[in-house]
Amino acid sequence: MKLEGKVWKYGDNIDTDVIIPARYLVTTDPKVLAAHCMEDLDESFAQNVQPGDIMVGGANFGCGSSREHAPISIKGAGVSCIVAESFARIFFRNAINIGLPILESAEAARDAQPGDSLSVDLTAGTITNARTGKTYQARPFPPFVLQIIEAGGLVPYTRHTLGIEI
Amino acid sequence: MGKTLAEKIIAAHSDQAEVSAGDLVTVDVTVVMANDITAPIAIESFNAVGVGEVYNPDNIMLVPSHFAPNKDIKSAEQTRTLATFAEAQALTHRFQVGRAGIEHVVLPERGLVLPGDLVIGGDSHTCTYGAVGAFATGMGSTDVAVGMATGKTWLRVPETMKFVYNGKRQPWVYGKDMILRTIGEITVDGALYRSMEFTGEGIADLPMSDRLTMTNMVIEAGGKCGFMPFDEVAQAYVDARATRPYTPYFADDDAEYCSVHEFDLSTMEPQVACPYSPDNVHPISQIKPEKVDQVFIGSCTNGRFEDLAIVADILQRTGREFHPDVRVMIIPGSQAVYLDALRQGWIELFTLAGGAVSVSTCGPCLGGHMGVLAGDEVCVSTSNRNFRGRMGHRDARVFLANPAIAAASAIMGRLAHPDEL
Repeated sequence: MKLEGKVWKYGDNIDTDVIIPARYLVTTDPKVLAAHCMEDLDESFAQNVQPGDIMVGGANFGCGSSREHAPISIKGAGVSCIVAESFARIFFRNAINIGLPILESAEAARDAQPGDSLSVDLTAGTITNARTGKTYQARPFPPFVLQIIEAGGLVPYTRHTLGIEI
Repeated sequence: MGKTLAEKIIAAHSDQAEVSAGDLVTVDVTVVMANDITAPIAIESFNAVGVGEVYNPDNIMLVPSHFAPNKDIKSAEQTRTLATFAEAQALTHRFQVGRAGIEHVVLPERGLVLPGDLVIGGDSHTCTYGAVGAFATGMGSTDVAVGMATGKTWLRVPETMKFVYNGKRQPWVYGKDMILRTIGEITVDGALYRSMEFTGEGIADLPMSDRLTMTNMVIEAGGKCGFMPFDEVAQAYVDARATRPYTPYFADDDAEYCSVHEFDLSTMEPQVACPYSPDNVHPISQIKPEKVDQVFIGSCTNGRFEDLAIVADILQRTGREFHPDVRVMIIPGSQAVYLDALRQGWIELFTLAGGAVSVSTCGPCLGGHMGVLAGDEVCVSTSNRNFRGRMGHRDARVFLANPAIAAASAIMGRLAHPDEL
């Protein structure tokens, strides 16, 4: 699966309180959450993000609270995938579980600048930056995690393993 | 090669004789927990899985704590979702407002999480239960949903970091200072994906409330779980509460640690985490005595009986009141703590001193209600996070500290050390 989008670049330790402040956690609606995504750090994000855009972060992306509303708000905003140096562990699981692709590549994350155009090949785990022409290899997922991704998230994966037909 | 606590407990809940750091394993879960923010999504996902019934109604704990007592209509709908689900699934344990409180105070206090348990919780501070010897880790709602449906989850066995505290704690230094100093040293991703084992003479004489404070903040270093040793202190606490038999585990002397960090308590002074990160930690003596607008004493980090006792002791010893320009929010971590404080006469003491005492809730810690901050306001808080926007307006500034620093600051109207009183 291939994705292409414009870069929204953020720094290290982007926490879930900044991704979606707790004052908005009175709903589970992805569109409502998306309208407030990142607003305490970057008000322009929710207003200007385009479907398919790619979020780029530094180390420990998504640290803090376990709120699944954080990846839901990013996905709801139309972001096609997140590239970061590293992900906080609960955010990592949450993103995989809801079917939001995430890729770990320190070099790709560091080189990317706001507005750059990235293309991502999820199957190969590669990230190409159109501006620099460089292609980066993301850290591969363990096979078990890949199965969850391929199933489209943890709920469909669990239904499949339990033999519950859709 | 010996095994760490994480390796031993995970192995005991898996179908393998032993596991090692790095292994991916499927494990049986003892307790699944969620709150009024994470459970609504978990219940939606649970229904989407389609199994109909939860795997074990005895071991699923849905605790309304964050926006409860309901702060508005939407949060009322969320807590009702929990209650309706608990009723429909005939869950054994219920956590009604007025009878419960903050999950990480209530579950250990009632002996519902025990040594050797494997606990997953839809709240990042689930790691708190490592103080009683459980492998406990925070997860998101979908993981909670699948845990409720199947009684299982998957885990990557974490590497373990060992933290050794030597020497004797100085006056006004508590578990809160020890964990803040630790996070300050290793930073907010210093324990990413890892387990943290706490040990040394400084832990041996540490009361359970301080141990719970320390394991509570493991997530602030990125940790997956944390453990206190199961010793006489822990056993006395657990045996007075346990609701079922339990199996304690002990780390092997030759267990493999990816790093060892030593701290000298004889020279450690009270620590404060400055805005906007829990790892921006400095000793109180090196912090500008800024004027404060609000002091919050409570939360799953420092909302226990012993924490309120520190505040009561300072008020009684000095005979002082809180500063009239400061909003002082004092929120017991559970209704049991509230009742104990009431019986001690502390609710009256706090109220006469000008404090606002509330029914138990997470409330202000996450900027939910009961003390949300305006722009440019400064707050000294005994809670666990001071990220931008955490307790309200994005420009508000939160200093994290122990209950003694919080009480002294509430009295002085500025960041203060209790020795200044």
